[in-house]
Amino acid sequence: MTELTLRGLTKRFGATTAVEDVTLDIPNGRFVCLLGPSGCGKTTLLRLIAGLEEPSAGQILVAGQDQTRVPTHRRDFGMVFQSLALFPHLTVAENIAYPLAIRGVDRATRRRRAAELLELVRLPDVGDRRIHQLSGGQRQRVAIARGLAIDPRVFLLDEPLSALDANLREHMQVELRQLQQRLGVTTLVVTHDQKEALTMADMLIVMDQGRVQQTGAPMEIYRDPANAFVAGFIGSTNLLPCRLAGRQIRVAGTTLDLAEGDRVKSADGDAVLSVRPEDVRFAETGLPARVTFIRDLGESVQIVLDLEGREVSAVFAPRDRPEVGLGDTVHLTFEPGRRVVLAP
Amino acid sequence: MSVRDQKATPGWLGAIPAVWLAVLFLVPFAIMLSVSVAHRVPGGFFEPGFELTSYARLFTPFFGRILLTSILIAAGAALICVALAFPFTVILAGMRRRAQTLVLVILLAVLSLSEVIIGFSLSTLLSRTAGVGNLFAWIGLIETSQAYTPGLFALMAGLCYLGFPYAVLVLYPPVSRLDPELGEAARSMGASPLRAFLSVTVPVLRAPILGALILVFVFTLGAYLLPQILGRPRHWTLSVHITDQAIFQSNLPFAAAMAIVLLIVALAMVGLALLLGREREGRA
Repeated sequence: MTELTLRGLTKRFGATTAVEDVTLDIPNGRFVCLLGPSGCGKTTLLRLIAGLEEPSAGQILVAGQDQTRVPTHRRDFGMVFQSLALFPHLTVAENIAYPLAIRGVDRATRRRRAAELLELVRLPDVGDRRIHQLSGGQRQRVAIARGLAIDPRVFLLDEPLSALDANLREHMQVELRQLQQRLGVTTLVVTHDQKEALTMADMLIVMDQGRVQQTGAPMEIYRDPANAFVAGFIGSTNLLPCRLAGRQIRVAGTTLDLAEGDRVKSADGDAVLSVRPEDVRFAETGLPARVTFIRDLGESVQIVLDLEGREVSAVFAPRDRPEVGLGDTVHLTFEPGRRVVLAP
Repeated sequence: MSVRDQKATPGWLGAIPAVWLAVLFLVPFAIMLSVSVAHRVPGGFFEPGFELTSYARLFTPFFGRILLTSILIAAGAALICVALAFPFTVILAGMRRRAQTLVLVILLAVLSLSEVIIGFSLSTLLSRTAGVGNLFAWIGLIETSQAYTPGLFALMAGLCYLGFPYAVLVLYPPVSRLDPELGEAARSMGASPLRAFLSVTVPVLRAPILGALILVFVFTLGAYLLPQILGRPRHWTLSVHITDQAIFQSNLPFAAAMAIVLLIVALAMVGLALLLGREREGRA
């Protein structure tokens, strides 16, 4: 079992705190995405786990053993860097076998293992090439293969797909996920792309300003965000100021009754109502709003509305597209059971 | 007007350095070449002619040994310089920006010192009466102060002092551009910091290291003051003998022949180094 445990992990650079008091339990074999806006401390957290930064406080445990003061090269982790950090002076196979060469594995075994790993990342027959002869996607796979060469206890990836174009990126996300499921290695990926996180992860860690905002399964976080930041960062959402009184909320001059399934994470008084664009519906009665923009994306239609000076976004499937035009006034309802009332 | 004509740098600008080189380098070189085959008039000067007597004199064990000494001293200085300068530069590039600037300014200041000042400073510093020997004796490391100059150690110290800033300045740009994630990647894969340095940082920067070696080698091959100030006569390099022949023996044809042989040998060494570097790259 190689579950990863962080206890009160903190990293300060001078006066700024990059990572603050992070306590986490990551069970064995999970695919975890560390998600957050740039500068939120997610890369620093990954580097702390890798041992490339020394924590100011706190502990890192792998399979129950304290690794906090163990130097990077004795942790037996695999890591893929943002720049990939492939060695230009070595061939593809030598790159992949580097961690084995360091451990004194003999040449024949190294060669066999490199071929095996190239097969695994579906890149056979390039072992003798130089790194500069590979395309971006191929380099990506080589870096992943190298990270997996020693069967690492924990596999860490820092924005591994950020250099790829959109199509290849989506393709690699699926591939990386399938690879991880096959190998069952505990994996941590840093990303700022929530779509990427939702595609790959079975556990999300949402960070902002050095703190963990929420952890959980992606859909759990999507449906039940802990605060307004998480609601806005995971998927898109409409955040509307409201007043909460018991099981009733007042939004834009209209009082709505909360239904079963609606989540309340705020005390009575000023609050924020979070409604996903796909949960905004048009009806005969409801909150009056004016259509200000229609964006037809083919797979879906987004209608932007003005609700008492607030922008509200609604998304429909093409066949549910309402017959409205710019400037029309419509009445909005929010799908009961899918509304979340958050602290302001 | 075609697109080719619209380059930012007009082509004729290249003519200026070309003419410059021709006047200040090729012409003097041609003169030297013609002097090297001229006939020497003993006790006088030389008269034009074509004879290979001066070159023939070079192919004696005596001058062969001098040539070998020159090459070994220059190669040794280059190796020591770069072996010191490379780790130095790697550490320098990892320092804060302000500290880096300060160190580089100090290095540039060292460049402004002339060979003469460096030579005499070191010869004083390593002397018996006023040098570090007194310090060692005072600490108790040795019984009485002793001189460390002249000798091979003093000569090497001087040449390295001279070559070190050049080696750092050649190495600094590529070292500071090196992706720090390369070293981190090596460490994350199990390499100790020293192993990561030797197996990744050094080979990735092989070309700049080779460049620094060649620069210091060529630079110290031409040194003629330091071997006289800090070395014993048997450490005198070909450059010293060229000066001796040209100025004190008034044998210009022989001095010119030695200079040309030295030039050819230097070019051959540089070519060999480049060839070795390329072969390694092709194989690795």
